[in-house]
Amino acid sequence: MSRLSLRGLTKDYGELTVVDRIDLTLTEGEFVSLLGPSGCGKTTTLRMIAGFVEPTAGAVEMAGKVISSPGSVLPPERRGMSMIFQSYAIWPNMTVQENVAFGLKLRKLSAEEVRRRVGQILEVVQMGHLAGRYPAELSGGQQQRVALARAIVVKPAVLLLDEPLSNLDANLREEMRFEIRRLHDEFRITTVYVTHDQAEAMATSDRIAVMNAGRIEQVDAPHLLYTRPRTRFVAGFIGRTNLLEARMENGEIGLDGFGLKVAPTNPEPNGGTRPVLLSVRPQSIGLHRNRPSGPDGRPAVPGIVAQRVFLGETWDYVVQPQGNGARLRVTAPPLQVHEVGEAVWIDFDPRQIAIVE
Amino acid sequence: MNDTATILPKPAARAGEPRRAGVLDRLSHVEPVALVWLALAVVLLLLVVAPLGKLFLVSFETQETGAFTLSNYVTAYGRARYRDALVNSLLLGLASATISVVLAVPMAWAVSRTDMPGKGLTWAVVLGAFVVPPYLGAVGWILLAGPNSGVINRVWRAATGAEGALFNVYSFEGMALVIALHSFPLVFIFVKAALDLVSSEMEDAANILGAGTWTAVRKVSLPLVWPSIMAAFIVIFLETIALFGTPAIIGIPARINVVTTQLWQFFEYPVRVEVAAAYAMPLLLITVGMIAVQKLLLSRKGFVSQTGKGGERRPIKLGPWRWALFGWCASVGALSVAMPLLVLVQASFAKAWGRGISLDNLTLRNYRLLIFEHEMALTSIWNTIWFSASAATFAVLIALLIAYIVNRRLVPFGEALGFLAMAPFVIPGIVMAIGFYAAYASPPLALYGTAAIIIFAFTARFLPIAYANSSAAVRAVHPEMEEAARILGSGRLHAISRVTAPLVKKALLGGWLIVFIVASRELSAAIFLVGPRTRTMSVLLYDLSEAGNFEVLAAFGGLLLLITMVLVGVGMKLVGRDFMLRRT
Repeated sequence: MSRLSLRGLTKDYGELTVVDRIDLTLTEGEFVSLLGPSGCGKTTTLRMIAGFVEPTAGAVEMAGKVISSPGSVLPPERRGMSMIFQSYAIWPNMTVQENVAFGLKLRKLSAEEVRRRVGQILEVVQMGHLAGRYPAELSGGQQQRVALARAIVVKPAVLLLDEPLSNLDANLREEMRFEIRRLHDEFRITTVYVTHDQAEAMATSDRIAVMNAGRIEQVDAPHLLYTRPRTRFVAGFIGRTNLLEARMENGEIGLDGFGLKVAPTNPEPNGGTRPVLLSVRPQSIGLHRNRPSGPDGRPAVPGIVAQRVFLGETWDYVVQPQGNGARLRVTAPPLQVHEVGEAVWIDFDPRQIAIVE
Repeated sequence: MNDTATILPKPAARAGEPRRAGVLDRLSHVEPVALVWLALAVVLLLLVVAPLGKLFLVSFETQETGAFTLSNYVTAYGRARYRDALVNSLLLGLASATISVVLAVPMAWAVSRTDMPGKGLTWAVVLGAFVVPPYLGAVGWILLAGPNSGVINRVWRAATGAEGALFNVYSFEGMALVIALHSFPLVFIFVKAALDLVSSEMEDAANILGAGTWTAVRKVSLPLVWPSIMAAFIVIFLETIALFGTPAIIGIPARINVVTTQLWQFFEYPVRVEVAAAYAMPLLLITVGMIAVQKLLLSRKGFVSQTGKGGERRPIKLGPWRWALFGWCASVGALSVAMPLLVLVQASFAKAWGRGISLDNLTLRNYRLLIFEHEMALTSIWNTIWFSASAATFAVLIALLIAYIVNRRLVPFGEALGFLAMAPFVIPGIVMAIGFYAAYASPPLALYGTAAIIIFAFTARFLPIAYANSSAAVRAVHPEMEEAARILGSGRLHAISRVTAPLVKKALLGGWLIVFIVASRELSAAIFLVGPRTRTMSVLLYDLSEAGNFEVLAAFGGLLLLITMVLVGVGMKLVGRDFMLRRT
């Protein structure tokens, strides 16, 4: 059942289109991330869902009812949503307890009920012992937990998160990622999560909507986004990749200058010849000292190591295939050492090559 | 800080090495800054410590012999009339601070957080009310709301046929309102600065949890700036109880005695400095105590550190309510600036101000009289300009040196200098003036009636303004800016003059102008210290108001206003539009 849907949602500021005809539907209890570089319109989209920004065109629907459309926006306070802000927006003049109780009191619950639910949620986020503190006396991570508790305690129809971890240091960010997912697994609140950090999106989300220049480029489960990127932007933004120009001929791919014939798993149904773009992940390329003679018949070409960087967990090589101007990034395990200038062989896994637009 | 290393003792020379080299070595590491520190300490002792100490001592002395006595306190608080004056002062302070808060908080919220139209106009109102000297506003309000011939009351009688007055300015309420109409800009500046720091996300967070605009303002925005509102309330309370001009111009005719006017009466012949000193002590204690409370309020819970980061600020859309708010701001502007100044200007060009605006009532006689015939008018203008300019120059110079030494931690106990420079902030101007009188008026220095005593008193009185300004300016220059110059071979003084000074020039100019402007309208410190030939414009204006010739008084007020506007205009041109209204 769909809980929240965006239909052709658009926001212009004068000539500038910040959000451009976005369609997205969330089912009940789903966790979807809006992922993209800064300025791609993801925060504006979130603020339109919250009701802080009026759309120029299109609509936001919740449980089948239009709640935002041009000229008619249900005010944020009547949406039954809650939101976690980039700055947390924990009110510094109230204690932890008072912050969390704020939304419940507005819902006219009895004092007893408010106390019970605040106590409960503070235990869930492990902040029960700090209920009487003021925000200024809390660390960044603790403030983040208060923000989470305050947003969840009202049992919102939709939970919105706007880059909630960007103000935390790296270790804490990793911890809070799992915390957010754990809370989602516990409460199953329909959630929209805005971030520019792909690891964050991958760790938390059921699906990720990758945004670029106001458009959604692709919506998919995290592993599909990585293995089957559909656009050049998605392939480059999620993880690192090699983009290769190739020709499509009768359902087979010919790489320029390589003379390789590979059959990727998502071939175009129609025949004929046309240029296509391939995304090949660095770690899907095999690197060998001698010509590989594997039984699987992977296509292989000779090349020269042009550059290398040791990153600890991997070697990062740049290999120049023979007779071709391309420079391919290839990763290899730490013990596989090649010198710059060394002649090597590389081979490709056809299953891990994606055609992108 | 790396700078401290240069003045810390060097490690003792190792045994066997010639000792003399160590000493020379050490001497070459001494910076001239230690001497500057000493000079500054002496200056501050003379400007701040000596007058206050003398004031305190004098309050326990017998007039002729100097023997210890408590009789001054008995005299000062022995009469009901004197005690009533203290109560009146406190009530007046509470009333005008309350009115100021009521006037200014909606304005501050409207300008900072909403889409109210006419924000520029509101700023103009605030600036106008801020730069017009309060005693000038008081004169304007006498013309507006004097019980018999005040414009408002004449119009009221003509319109309704009623007998009495609609509003009599010669009353406690009248005095409180007139004071508030010139104090509210402080509340506006404090509260707006605080509201500007509250990110819109704070309100958004309340909205998304179910709070409407009004609930969010009531539960989140206003509580967040509550410390600032209280701080502004305290400042206005203190300014009011230390204010001399308005209580003297309105209160004395209305027979409402307050502490400041009572102090003035102790200075009438025969001058009783000792009693005045004793009588001023509670004023000083209240001020010190309240400033401490204010500091406590502002530091509590780290409000500011929490609200500063993150999030954009978007104006709240008010719909039709924005016109109601605009109406409020415009009304405050009419009452505080437009109406008083209008009647003042009208009176200054009138043969008889009560006859209203007509051609045969127009004259330049009042201005001609002041400029060409009055024996003191031009002298007082000249006095005002050069006293204020000297005081501003001294204050900024002293403040800059102290600020630099304190901020760069050049000497141990540098903070003591900073503390002394800020100390006059908690001393009411009128108390300061009596202290200067007690310390320097009589022999051996016998400075009474000289320009020097006024200039020094102004310097001391406005040193905190200059210090806050210079300190902010110096702090804004990262020490590494200078260190970068020094590592390339430039000495400290060279680095200061080539790197630091150009960077703080503009801020210092702003500080100089602010001190100049507030000094040029200072009345309460001046009136106790001027002699026959050293009267300033503000003192002369007060003398004229006692004489009761309102046309000439208005014309002199017009001149004062013109000079103030020119100065403020120059300041805005040189330093920026909001240079008077920045919260430091």
